Amino acid sequence: MSVLTLQIVLTIAAALVGTGLFGALSQQSIVMVMMGLELVVNGVLLAAGSAWYFLTPQLPDAQVLILMATVVMAVEMAMGFAVALAIYRAQQVDTVDAAGELGG
Amino acid sequence: MTRTSGTRAATTGAGMADPTTWTSVWAGLGVVAGALVLGLVLAWFDAVARAGVRVGSRAVLVPAAAAPVREGMRLLLGQRRTTVAPDRLLRTLAVCAVPVLALTSAAVLPLGGHSVVSTSADLVWFNAAEALLWVAVWMLGWAPNAVHSLVGAYRFLAQGLAYELPLMFAIITVGVGAGSLRATDVVAAQAGGAWFVWTMPVALLVFLLGAAAFTFWGPFGAPAARDIAEGVLSELAGLDRLLVELGRAVFLGVASATAAAWFLGAEDGPVLPGAWWYAIKTLAVMAFLVGVGRRLPLVRPERFADIAWMVLLPLTILQTAVVAVLVLGGFYG
Amino acid sequence: MTELLVLSALGAAAVCTGVLVFVVDSMARATFCLLASFLATGAALLVMDLHYLGLLTILMMTIEMAIMVVFMIMLMMNPAGLMPMTMVHNTKGSAAVGATVFVVLVVGIWTVDWPERTGSPPADPTRQVGEAIMGPQMLLMIVVGVVLLATMVAGITLATHRGRYDRFGPDLDRGRPDDPVRGGLPR
Repeated sequence: MSVLTLQIVLTIAAALVGTGLFGALSQQSIVMVMMGLELVVNGVLLAAGSAWYFLTPQLPDAQVLILMATVVMAVEMAMGFAVALAIYRAQQVDTVDAAGELGG
Repeated sequence: MTRTSGTRAATTGAGMADPTTWTSVWAGLGVVAGALVLGLVLAWFDAVARAGVRVGSRAVLVPAAAAPVREGMRLLLGQRRTTVAPDRLLRTLAVCAVPVLALTSAAVLPLGGHSVVSTSADLVWFNAAEALLWVAVWMLGWAPNAVHSLVGAYRFLAQGLAYELPLMFAIITVGVGAGSLRATDVVAAQAGGAWFVWTMPVALLVFLLGAAAFTFWGPFGAPAARDIAEGVLSELAGLDRLLVELGRAVFLGVASATAAAWFLGAEDGPVLPGAWWYAIKTLAVMAFLVGVGRRLPLVRPERFADIAWMVLLPLTILQTAVVAVLVLGGFYG
Repeated sequence: MTELLVLSALGAAAVCTGVLVFVVDSMARATFCLLASFLATGAALLVMDLHYLGLLTILMMTIEMAIMVVFMIMLMMNPAGLMPMTMVHNTKGSAAVGATVFVVLVVGIWTVDWPERTGSPPADPTRQVGEAIMGPQMLLMIVVGVVLLATMVAGITLATHRGRYDRFGPDLDRGRPDDPVRGGLPR
């Protein structure tokens, strides 16, 4: 039973990752791209949580992984907002299509 | 499911089977009722303080004490207001969220070694309930599609950026002192007069300041100030307004009781029964909060942000550091 | 069984609100849909005994989304969704990538031979993670601290458009800084 629950929760986490990836790739606005990435990390949180609870609750490793994912999200957000502001201020760019300086 | 209810009880601390969690529905209802009473008492204190700061005569104070109930009845019977092209969904969510979050924060109030919800991170529970107000109040200001309420919403966020970090450090200090994030452990750590207020006065003050700020009350009322026609509250009338005002009062009342539990040892005290002590401490915190808060002028968010980051934040970090050193020295036993 | 149902319901809520982020027109609603997705995940973590991390997710994401909504309103056209427009590119390719990743993950999830759980959750899961990051995993915590500090410095450097020369003049000899908004402390 616990394995079945684990598999269902992991499937849900995979759905979150897939949805987030779709959003991050399809959205034009920089802020919306960041929301897609957040959704991907949301899936990671859920997957790591279920791995802890259903596989190794006696070990702290999966908990530490969640903590790391949270930190990744905080860093992504802070830097994302800062870059979005900087590029808007410099070039009035608010979509990823218009930010093509590094696009070869 | 590998873990049956039997093994659940064996592994203490696992979710709802916790020994410090009340399992009865009546306990939940009782805490809801208690939280409403706390809100009402706070509203009374507030009304009396506003009417009687200078007057002080019974002729003014008695009608003032009745004001919250009268005002509540008036709002209950009053017409709700609507604006052009509002975001109805977000308004409904926000109006319901404010009182619900206030009650949620009451769930971790420790009472006699129990609380309705007892997790291994109760202090974070309270903090999360309070943080959700950021979103609720912003939605409240955004939803009516009106300029004054939106200005109020942005003021609340600006104020939030100022008060949140010092408040978090104040809460962390309690956790450091108790060596646990569980509310009942925090109370147990203060038994026998070892109240945290003796070693954490700054944390207590910042906690109360944070409580006033997240309910945008008193000197932190800029998001609902008169210069923007009551800001986030400007487009609320009738039942909507009643729910939001109720939520604010209950949240401030619950925060006072929480301060009494986290910093003043809850039921701890000589001679009188524990419940009396808890009530006296809560009322004392409320009297202090309202008495001081209603005497201070309105603080503008941009000024408060400066003070919060340059003065309060270093002070609270220092407070946490002092408590951490005391813990290492074995001061808290 | 209850566990399975509760977790499935919370997971379904997280996925549905996650999809809605890219469906709704109003940017305010999109942000709060994402928040709802995180709240569902946080609640699922709480159900799985991860009290601290579940509440941390709720706390952090709430504040993050409150900041996010400010940026959404500031940088997006059509913030309130009153003039529907599409702001997407390469939808089919993105959907293909998203679906492929999902299918690959699901195939993996349902074909791997998962072990049965051996231990049981500790009495205080919060203490478990706390002792891990302050003990065996301390190196990670140290690195995280440095990374966050670097993020703060880099973020402020990128985001602000005024430096000390704007505040104190070209020779840095102005007694009071020339700020657009006066702070609350006497300077």
